[in-house]
Amino acid sequence: MTTAPEIAPEQTPEREVGKARLRKEDHRLLTGRTRWTDNLNLPGMVHLALVRSPFAHARIVSIDTSQATAADGVVGVWTGEDLPEQGAMPIAWTVSEDLKVPSLLPLSVGSVKHVGDVVAVVAATTQAAALDAAELVDVDYEELPAVVDPLAALEEGSPLVHPDLGTNVCATWGMDSVTLGTGGNVEEAISAAENDPDQVVIRRTLRQNRITPGFIEPRSIVVDPTAEQVTMWSATQVPHILRILLAMTQPIEEHRLRVIAPDVGGGFGGKLQATAEEALVLLIALRLQTPVKYTETRNESMQSAHHARDQIQRLTLAARRDGTITAFDVDLIADMGAYLGILTAGIPLLGGFMFNGIYKIPAYRFFCTDVFTNKVMTDAYRGAGKPEATFGIERMMDELAAELGMDPIEVRRRNWIKPGEFPYATVAGLTYDSGNYDQATDTALEMFRYEELRAEQARRRESNDPVQLGIGVCTFVELSGLAPSRVLGSLNYGSGGWEHASIRMLPTGKVEVVSGATPHGQGHATAFAQLVSDELGVPFEDIILIAGDTASSHKGMDTYGSRSLVVGGMAIVGAARKVVAKALPIAAHLLEASPEDVEFRTGRFEVKGTDSSVSMTEVMLHTWLCHNLPDGLEPNLDSDYTFDPENFSFPTGTHLAAVEVDTETGRVHVRDYVCVQDVGVIVNPLIVDGQVQGGLSQGIGQALFEEILYDEDGQLKSGTLADYYLPSAVDVPHYRTAYTVTEATTNTLGVKAVGETGTTAAPPAIVNGVLDALRPLGVPDVTMPLTPVKVWSAIQQARGSQEEVTG
Amino acid sequence: MRPVDFDYAAPEDIAGVVQALVDGGDDAKIISGGQSLMPVLRMRMAAPELLVDLRKVDGLREIRQEGSELVIGAMVTHHTLATDPLVAEHAGLLAQAAATIGDAQIRYRGTIGGALAHADPAGDLGAAVLALDGSVDIVGPAGERTVGAAEFFQDYFTTAVGEDDVAVAVRIPSHAGWGSCYEKFTVVAQAWAVVAVGATLRIADGVIQEAKVAMANMGPTPLRASQVEAALAGAAVDAGTLDAAGSRAGEGTNPPEDSAGTPEYRRHLAGVLARRALRSAAGVE
Amino acid sequence: MAGLSHMRSGMVSVSVTVDGVRRTADVEPRTLLVHLLREQFGRVGTVIGCETSNCGACTVLLDGVSVKSCSVLAVQADGATVDTIQGLAAPDGTLHPIQQAFHENHGLQCGYCTPGMVMRTVSLLQENPDPTEDEVRAGLKGNLCRCTGYQGIVKAVQAAAAALSTSATSTSAERTHAASEVTS
Ligand SMILES: Cc1cc2nc3c(=O)[nH]c(=O)nc-3n(C[C@H](O)[C@H](O)[C@H](O)COP(=O)(O)OP(=O)(O)OC[C@H]3O[C@@H](n4cnc5c(N)ncnc54)[C@H](O)[C@@H]3O)c2cc1C
Ligand code: FES
Ligand code: FES
Repeated sequence: MTTAPEIAPEQTPEREVGKARLRKEDHRLLTGRTRWTDNLNLPGMVHLALVRSPFAHARIVSIDTSQATAADGVVGVWTGEDLPEQGAMPIAWTVSEDLKVPSLLPLSVGSVKHVGDVVAVVAATTQAAALDAAELVDVDYEELPAVVDPLAALEEGSPLVHPDLGTNVCATWGMDSVTLGTGGNVEEAISAAENDPDQVVIRRTLRQNRITPGFIEPRSIVVDPTAEQVTMWSATQVPHILRILLAMTQPIEEHRLRVIAPDVGGGFGGKLQATAEEALVLLIALRLQTPVKYTETRNESMQSAHHARDQIQRLTLAARRDGTITAFDVDLIADMGAYLGILTAGIPLLGGFMFNGIYKIPAYRFFCTDVFTNKVMTDAYRGAGKPEATFGIERMMDELAAELGMDPIEVRRRNWIKPGEFPYATVAGLTYDSGNYDQATDTALEMFRYEELRAEQARRRESNDPVQLGIGVCTFVELSGLAPSRVLGSLNYGSGGWEHASIRMLPTGKVEVVSGATPHGQGHATAFAQLVSDELGVPFEDIILIAGDTASSHKGMDTYGSRSLVVGGMAIVGAARKVVAKALPIAAHLLEASPEDVEFRTGRFEVKGTDSSVSMTEVMLHTWLCHNLPDGLEPNLDSDYTFDPENFSFPTGTHLAAVEVDTETGRVHVRDYVCVQDVGVIVNPLIVDGQVQGGLSQGIGQALFEEILYDEDGQLKSGTLADYYLPSAVDVPHYRTAYTVTEATTNTLGVKAVGETGTTAAPPAIVNGVLDALRPLGVPDVTMPLTPVKVWSAIQQARGSQEEVTG
Repeated sequence: MRPVDFDYAAPEDIAGVVQALVDGGDDAKIISGGQSLMPVLRMRMAAPELLVDLRKVDGLREIRQEGSELVIGAMVTHHTLATDPLVAEHAGLLAQAAATIGDAQIRYRGTIGGALAHADPAGDLGAAVLALDGSVDIVGPAGERTVGAAEFFQDYFTTAVGEDDVAVAVRIPSHAGWGSCYEKFTVVAQAWAVVAVGATLRIADGVIQEAKVAMANMGPTPLRASQVEAALAGAAVDAGTLDAAGSRAGEGTNPPEDSAGTPEYRRHLAGVLARRALRSAAGVE
Repeated sequence: MAGLSHMRSGMVSVSVTVDGVRRTADVEPRTLLVHLLREQFGRVGTVIGCETSNCGACTVLLDGVSVKSCSVLAVQADGATVDTIQGLAAPDGTLHPIQQAFHENHGLQCGYCTPGMVMRTVSLLQENPDPTEDEVRAGLKGNLCRCTGYQGIVKAVQAAAAALSTSATSTSAERTHAASEVTS
């Protein structure tokens, strides 16, 4: 069985698409010639240190900056009161009419709402001097009661995170199949099921742990202001979005602000934000009219960069005893933290479209309550709402299987959409274009040796082996390729979802591809060159990518939501096709043929039925020379294209995990992990595999190790990498991956997307596996992360209650 | 983050180190491997006025035999402990414990003297030295003294090393021929021990002549599991005996509570790890 | 506040051979080796990812073995040899076999962990020239990567081990550089 990526038969080897091209970007990254923001050192640059709140909720009584101001090397010290020009940070998604938007100022005024809120900023000639002086800023706080638990925040009499808003409820949002016209009434279906002996109703409350995206490069910002133009370098995923949002909220006009994301060391959604720190560096640079730099520490990153997930999911699933689902009701409590980032309030909603998974569900309802707490805001992290949803439905599918005594694969098979049923309009109102869940699952089962493992499991159960074996299943679909602009509009999202590309044809036959999709590790330079090479017939080596700078890549929506290939790539293809269209009349002119008789094939323009031809390279040179072009024709091959997708894209797959649970210690060991993915046409199998493996490790991290912990007072207990457990190479397994291909029908490349699949599928696969091992011991659930102590305690508790029953 | 500003001295002998510590007053601190101190300094959880570096002091990196004792210089690194043949022969448990510390980079820098003086309750070397009945040579303004491991560890991050003292060497009576195993349990591979148990056994004629068992992170200091040792002395080497004795490792302890474990869990875990360590030390499947 | 009232004896001169070039600089004693490299010597290839010496991004070779340069004071490196990611490839840009293996096996994505991963690998393969997959994983546990899921990295290290055992290519640490004096 193949464990390497399979290439679809129609992807012939002559084509670049489908080749495992080694990455163009590697050399500089491997030799230390990388351009990280923190590497920048500009003449006259001053450094910032931020004074952050040690309290989860407090009133700022007074701030004495005199000692800090007088310290060596200090250029200036500011508090919120000193920066009247600062604007509140933006949000991009007004999810509902009842949405409450608290004001998040770059520098707090009056009060602080979580540990890490910024109360003062010090600028000094060196970073060391700034840090020393920051310790001299004397802040007098009056501590206020904080609320940390979202359920407690909803109770009568809870402390209010924002007393001026009068409630801790940030927003409510719902949808259901009756209103959508996609199915029946959930309440009726569930109560019917309750009164039907032939049906079961399963109610569970599941928990999504609060985690951090965990990019390894801390965020860093440099701003170089001149009266004419202000340049900001930031370790951001979204320079284009950042520029607009800063221009809309801070005292800088859009045309005067240039934002550059140089090399960026991972993002995963964590750098999809317009941050208070970015605004602050800008504001201070404008004040000082000198270059300013700020690089966060890991500890600062943990207490200010947005967190993710953190949901309570109350789920009700009704099904017939043969396994067929009859209704699914989702009631979410989503913890926003103290403020709203650009997408915070909308993240849970994205999940609303995916809780139905790959299944045919006749009645569906989704309702979400967004809640404020005195913690760091949550926002996008690889998958953004969809991993949470997949976790919900996939955990419930296993609960259903257990309840009915059915095989978890069989239950899924009874409910999923069959190959012949695409395009399929789902109960959540989306249309899945293509997929073949049977094929992916059958492949996975074979690779996994499912039956053998089930037999081993039975043996271990029988012999009461202290190490029990569990098999975890997740069959999923992902909502990717964000996003059709009209859909975003209908959801009150504050921007479009298109992507832009330009192609510049250079006189020596080389090509510059300009993309608005900003890379930070995904291999855009390589994959995009493969696309362009196929379109234009220019060698892979002769193509370079320009991205991540609003001056050179003037238009873009950046990188998140698995959109770079399916949206950004399509923009590039569109631009390339325009280039060919522009080149054709010039080629015809050079060939002294009529344009209708000329066709473009693999890099050459050929006069049909003759051997007369001219290469794209020659056309490029002649266009530049402009000596001999058709009359009246613009001497220019360069082309722009903005692509707005018609639909999302829906990568799918089947993940199977074999987990060993040491019942003596509670340790979970992932012994084997097989995943068969359908990401549509594969442009570069190496990159695709890398995306899958990286996401899987993050997903396993969420399932087994990672959790942002606050104590009752809102103190962050996991503020360093010593107490926030990111998995190392030892802690994750060797993955076995394979691919099935059903082409996407929503774009001409046939590509789906791949970036978020691992984080989406791995948590339910792992947790289902552990519970599969432990259910016979009476363990009903363990909340993520499934650390040894939690697993062991759950086993103890189950044993205790079983003894009570039997004893 | 960066540390606060401090002065730095690197004397070339122990007398110079002690003098620097005395002159430096309350806020003078030794730095050896820096693997515990640097994170603390970078988080600004400590603000020393003076760091006194041991790196130039001669002889602190030596491992030598003195009679039936192995004498390990304070600046011997975890890496050396884990790979040195003398340590493997005479103090197998110490080598095994050292090999589990942090990661390779930490082990290249971190030192036995620093680890013992730092006395993190989850530290691995303390448990191993305690199990092996080791002792620490300490030099201070009043001269040199040797303190047995049982007296050396006093409380959380507190040892017999006084403010102006230097730990210069660790003495381990030879345990050549003893079987040993260090069982360490962590949440992720990089993390400190949730609990660790080190066991070393002298076995002759199928009978356990002597058993020594110590635990990390089961209290403010490393602890000997004396009830386990007592149950094993003179016992036959069989799985049932080892298991029964090992299971008692957590008895009477009061381990800490944190996200990696409740006291109850740690007590239980100590028993499990002790069983595994004992079986492995005894060569019993 | 601590440290500010007290009169400091001030800057200390250190001399370090970095990637084959002997360099001297005056540093505050609190300067970390990684700060000396990045800020005073402009060797920004070595990066910082944490304060607790967990991430390994800052890994360099100090006198031939891998250490986390954020856990060493610059003054402690006085007189030492430091090899960084920037000294590994040949002067003409030809990648070292370890770098080449990372390239060929997709052992990097964003590249932020890469300098540390590669330098740790140099040391790992000196300790154990033919490691098993489990040994590679254990040998890299002090280096965190959030992008790759480690599989490409592990493959790369094993491929590098194979490449190094069949070629006699010397590492930059072994290569002799004409020592020249540079003062920053
Ligand atoms: C990421 C990470 C993971 C780690 N994991 C583990 C682990 O799993 N297990 C474990 O045991 N340790 C672990 N450590 C700590 C490591 O073992 C340290 O090396 C050790 O704790 C301290 O030794 P050092 O030589 O580095 O001492 P330093 O950091 O230099 O000093 C530590 C303390 O001891 C004092 N001191 C140092 N030497 C002496 C001396 N000779 N005499 C008197 N006082 C002295 C110093 O003043 C300081 O207070 C880890 C460290 C890190 C950064
Ligand atoms: S910067 Fe993280 S280990 Fe050095
Ligand atoms: S490649 Fe991005 S952290 Fe490793």
